[in-house]
Amino acid sequence: MTTPRRETLEKLTPVLTKRWLSPDAWRIEVYEQLDGYAALRKALAVHPDDLIQLVKDSGLRGRGGAGFPTGLKWGFIPQNDGKPHYLVVNADEGEPGTCKDLPLMMYDPHSLIEGVIIASYAIRANRAYIYIRGEAVHAARRLRNAIDEAYKAGYLGSNILGTGFDLDLVVHSGAGAYICGEETALLDSLEGFRGQPRLRPPFPATHGLYSCPTVVNNVGTIASVPYIVLGGADWWKSMGTEKSSGPMIYSLSGRVVNPGQYECSMGITLRELIELAGGMQPGHNLKFWTPGGSSTPLLTADHLDVPLDFESVAAAGSILGTTATQIFSDQDCPVYATYRWMEFYHHESCGKCTPCREGNYWMVRIYRRILSGQGTHEDLDTLVDTCDNILGRAFCGLGDGATSSVTSSIQYFKQDYLDYIEGRTPPKLPAEQPVGAH
Amino acid sequence: MSSPAANEGSTVQFSQEIRERAQEIIARYPADRSRSALLPLLHLVQSEEGYVSPAGVAFCAEMLGITKAQVGAVATFYTMYKRRPTGDWLVSVCTNTLCNVLGGQEVYDALVEHLGVGHEETTDDGKITLEHAECLAACDYGPVMTVNYEYFDKTDPQQALALVEKLRAGERPMPSRGARLCTLKEMSLQLAGYADPREGAVAEGPAGESTLRGLRLAEQHGIAVPGYDPATPISRDDQPMPADAKAAEAAGVAANKPASDAKPAGDAKEPLERNLKGAEQ
Repeated sequence: MTTPRRETLEKLTPVLTKRWLSPDAWRIEVYEQLDGYAALRKALAVHPDDLIQLVKDSGLRGRGGAGFPTGLKWGFIPQNDGKPHYLVVNADEGEPGTCKDLPLMMYDPHSLIEGVIIASYAIRANRAYIYIRGEAVHAARRLRNAIDEAYKAGYLGSNILGTGFDLDLVVHSGAGAYICGEETALLDSLEGFRGQPRLRPPFPATHGLYSCPTVVNNVGTIASVPYIVLGGADWWKSMGTEKSSGPMIYSLSGRVVNPGQYECSMGITLRELIELAGGMQPGHNLKFWTPGGSSTPLLTADHLDVPLDFESVAAAGSILGTTATQIFSDQDCPVYATYRWMEFYHHESCGKCTPCREGNYWMVRIYRRILSGQGTHEDLDTLVDTCDNILGRAFCGLGDGATSSVTSSIQYFKQDYLDYIEGRTPPKLPAEQPVGAH
Repeated sequence: MSSPAANEGSTVQFSQEIRERAQEIIARYPADRSRSALLPLLHLVQSEEGYVSPAGVAFCAEMLGITKAQVGAVATFYTMYKRRPTGDWLVSVCTNTLCNVLGGQEVYDALVEHLGVGHEETTDDGKITLEHAECLAACDYGPVMTVNYEYFDKTDPQQALALVEKLRAGERPMPSRGARLCTLKEMSLQLAGYADPREGAVAEGPAGESTLRGLRLAEQHGIAVPGYDPATPISRDDQPMPADAKAAEAAGVAANKPASDAKPAGDAKEPLERNLKGAEQ
């Protein structure tokens, strides 16, 4: 393992992750010693509209994958409409490869709560929910404890810090459905229904939870807010690029020496991230990787120097997504990797839209055929054709995401497919064996 | 409140304590939005029976004033609601792509062979329910497995077999992160929104080294972001938005086209479409 170069090290920007080093930062008294709830006092002293403008000025874009401008989203909430407003935090982390929100809620839960209070005040919501992935029991335990502490300290409840602002915050555990990470499916789930996406428009900004104006933001987005309030928009923009401002938590997993969480200035490259992670594991050469979870098209060793910000990754034919870089080597098979992702999308498709429900079901079967040595050249055409019929033809992005690894792996690694089909690679799966069966 | 029809076919009577808990859960949501309590209520009945039984479905329906069919439709949608009795220990192995290639599939296969059960099946002694799971959001510790959703990191077939043998022998091995193990029923009560009643459990679970890797590197080399002045004013006094913020906003909007008839929904379509074209060539 080599030490990263100084200029690479300087791309590290520990902001949201910084308190993780303090073992007891999840306790309110420790959090308060580390600047905790200072931003809240500052925020409650100004007009809510000024906070929305501040977040707009910061250029903060959503950390959940789509990168929508956060301040603009807040500004869409109609004011003086006589309806209750809601803030819903999307903590349903489950995009394969993504593992940044759970540690944040585990080691620094108050930063999320403080962000929730400030954001709720800005959009004039008196009730907020954190919809947390059911399996994330360890993070939910800390979060519930932190919320109890915040109520006792007067940061939540009625007449917060004597300002007359009221806010109730409830942690709502999901029950194991990836689709609930999609914002409208999440809202349906929170209302006590199956988690299935809604047709947009209308958007949640006007017809969200209980058909009322609602902001749905990712954990990392909301947890960024207290820092912006304290440091100001110009300080925030001192990190990142012009159009992708601020720090970002990059999650590295797979064939690197030191997988883990690296909070860096937005726009760092994979080459630099791998350098920070101590290089590739011995005997492994980079073959393919996801820039932001399995729903983002695969990239290859040719893309090592693509700046990992929203614009540059899109220009390279993929999506920044959740900055979950899963790194695979020449010892990993892109066809098998894609097959296993298809099993995932097939299992997690909510079944509402026919193209996604049926398309993923059949693509899994085509992959099994190819990997068991029984594939045909026509199978490749069928896969591409199926993707063409899913992409843009379902209510939400799950179906789109499912096509990502299929089309990109065929684009970059067609030869690997042909090697199975033409018998040069021995079958990876036995015939008729339902591997990972559901 | 209680109707005779609601408990038809029920083998279990839910105690007064559970009924009171159900009312507490319902009270967390707006008065006219009690259905929001359905997911936690399903976790609650699972904390009593270890699965969602027909009686549990009827109980939820009764508490919320909706039909059993409405409850059943929701209960069967979500993976964490089990439809058959479970063991004390739900052993989940991630077999999604990344953990899979790092050895997760071998771990799962070894457990299937050793325990003699398959996906969502329970051992004859009623102690262990096995399942293969999709991404457990701990990819930097892959391959991972969980017991009652607490992580056991960087596992392999030998460690996994030793772990389940300890569980069968009545031991409670300490997870890599998170709190000491509790039973699945006890965990289901936490999922229903109740605090962990165990003294000190919330403090348990040190941060793993992978989680802290970037921070340690920065600390070791003296890297820190430029400090900020916490007194920086929030209000800009009607100054126009700075150009770079405008650029960020425009770029974010461009990447998230609103739904239209041609493209009903979804985000960031263009790169995907380009990819599709690439694959066709």
